[in-house]
Amino acid sequence: MSVVLVKERYSSKVGEVVLGATPEQGGTRTSTITVGGDNGLPYLHFENEITNRAVIAMEVTDVVPEWSEMITKQIGDVINNPVAWAKKCVEEFGADLIYLKFDGADPEGENRSPEDCARIVKEVLAAVGVPLIVEGCDDPDKNNEVITAIAEAAAGENLLIGVAEQNNYKSMAAAAMVHKHTLIARSPLDINICKQLNILINEMGLPLNKIVIDPTVAGLGFGIEYVYSIMERARLGALAGDRMLSMPMICTVGYEANRCKEAHASAEEFPGWGDLEDRSVLWEAVTASGVLEVGASILVMRNPSSVKLVQKHIADIMTK
Amino acid sequence: MLIFGERINGMFTDIGDGLRNKDPKPLQYWAVKQEEGGAHYLDLNSGPAIPKEERAAAYEWMVKVVQEVSELPLVLDSTNYDAIEAGLKLCKRPAIINSCPAEQSKIERVFPMAMQYNAGVIGLTMDKKGIPKNAENRVAFAMELVAAADEYGLPMEDLFLDPLILPVNVAQDHCPEVLESLRQIKMLANPAPRTVLGLSNVSQKSPDRNLINRTFMAMAIASGLDAAIMDANDDALVDCAATCEILLNQSIYADSYLKVFRAR
Repeated sequence: MSVVLVKERYSSKVGEVVLGATPEQGGTRTSTITVGGDNGLPYLHFENEITNRAVIAMEVTDVVPEWSEMITKQIGDVINNPVAWAKKCVEEFGADLIYLKFDGADPEGENRSPEDCARIVKEVLAAVGVPLIVEGCDDPDKNNEVITAIAEAAAGENLLIGVAEQNNYKSMAAAAMVHKHTLIARSPLDINICKQLNILINEMGLPLNKIVIDPTVAGLGFGIEYVYSIMERARLGALAGDRMLSMPMICTVGYEANRCKEAHASAEEFPGWGDLEDRSVLWEAVTASGVLEVGASILVMRNPSSVKLVQKHIADIMTK
Repeated sequence: MLIFGERINGMFTDIGDGLRNKDPKPLQYWAVKQEEGGAHYLDLNSGPAIPKEERAAAYEWMVKVVQEVSELPLVLDSTNYDAIEAGLKLCKRPAIINSCPAEQSKIERVFPMAMQYNAGVIGLTMDKKGIPKNAENRVAFAMELVAAADEYGLPMEDLFLDPLILPVNVAQDHCPEVLESLRQIKMLANPAPRTVLGLSNVSQKSPDRNLINRTFMAMAIASGLDAAIMDANDDALVDCAATCEILLNQSIYADSYLKVFRAR
């Protein structure tokens, strides 16, 4: 007797968001990236069509980051130069896009000026053809200044800029609207704030297809199950027709995975944990795989070896 | 919770006059206004304003003029199935036929028509003898309609079963029977058929109509009500429907949930 698979049908789907803009679209990118569009749960090929594969954005910072040697040694000398670093990520590591983070803009750090940040963005845009994600620093006021300056300098490029949060979204949403960019809306692992923030941004006039959700994730072993459940809830909401949760999701996997001690503590310190070389790669790759399975569309990653593994994994799960 | 706006009904003087004089303004006014209020569908009912022989033409006209100003799908409300069919032919989006009692001859007329025009059906839990007194007999009729949907291939989500509420001031004992019927109807099939009520009926000729409608609707939604033909411009009633969805965990809470409920 043949078994008939029970298939779930959903009334709605995840919205599609386009990143980047080609010269015809008012930008300078050689190609654009479309994420989202799924009409079912992730990678259930028997049930739904996966229109757009998940993409990997590799993280580049404007100042030399305090990352584990396991990562920095793979990046090499270009770590001193965000433009060359971005180029290497695209040409050598196969990054789909570049995630440029301006830690150096922080008033408590190098206090880089908004104009200087904008200059670097323009240089990276000139060096690579892929779409860009740009985030400022962790100081909200400075961040608004930085992102506003960048949005203006790169008008029409359809950058993915961020991050907008519940208490600080207005100037960034305005910058995205005026200069034709897409916005990251970040909520602190809270589905209700996630939805509310999308509503607030949308009320300002930014269309829903210009918003990407950052649900805030966690590294493997540090609450990734909770992350999974929040992302699953948002996805099910989107599929059931909740337009205010229907945006694709971006996950800062590299940042979270590498905050975990397991990703950087040496084998001498914890002999039972095994070789650090493998462990650091796997910690980020497995964190990425976890959020992929629940529908992450954009993975922000750091470790080139982890990126390689996850690229293969994405190709595997995209195969019917 | 689906809201079927009830206002385009020839029983209301302005709509009745519009129908008689072929003046689309009142129909179009209420189409737009109900959509703004939060309606997901617009119920169209000519009522007795139009003589029987002119009904088909009247439904064609109603569908046409309403679709000129609103994208909302329509609920064609009449006991005259030829009039409904005339309207269905012009509907741009899948409509709902309102209604079909559990009577074989009417089932044979309505369900094939629903399949032909990709329409839903509101099934009434009654037959020629009228509305049952208790939940048990209402559910028995509901079962007959579920079986009909199954026989004709109508998906359960396109079958809306109406356990028929009567005015509380004359038939108080029906209220709890309707709530019990809703609970049982949702267990008749998997996936379950949907449920609907002509909500305003519960408060006919009572003072405090809005309060009665609102309270009964909340109780009914908690018992399994999926849709109501109701006053889409009673803001407190629409707010109540939105709040019920939140409290039943059917949609995800956000501080602005009332606003987005209307914006869907």
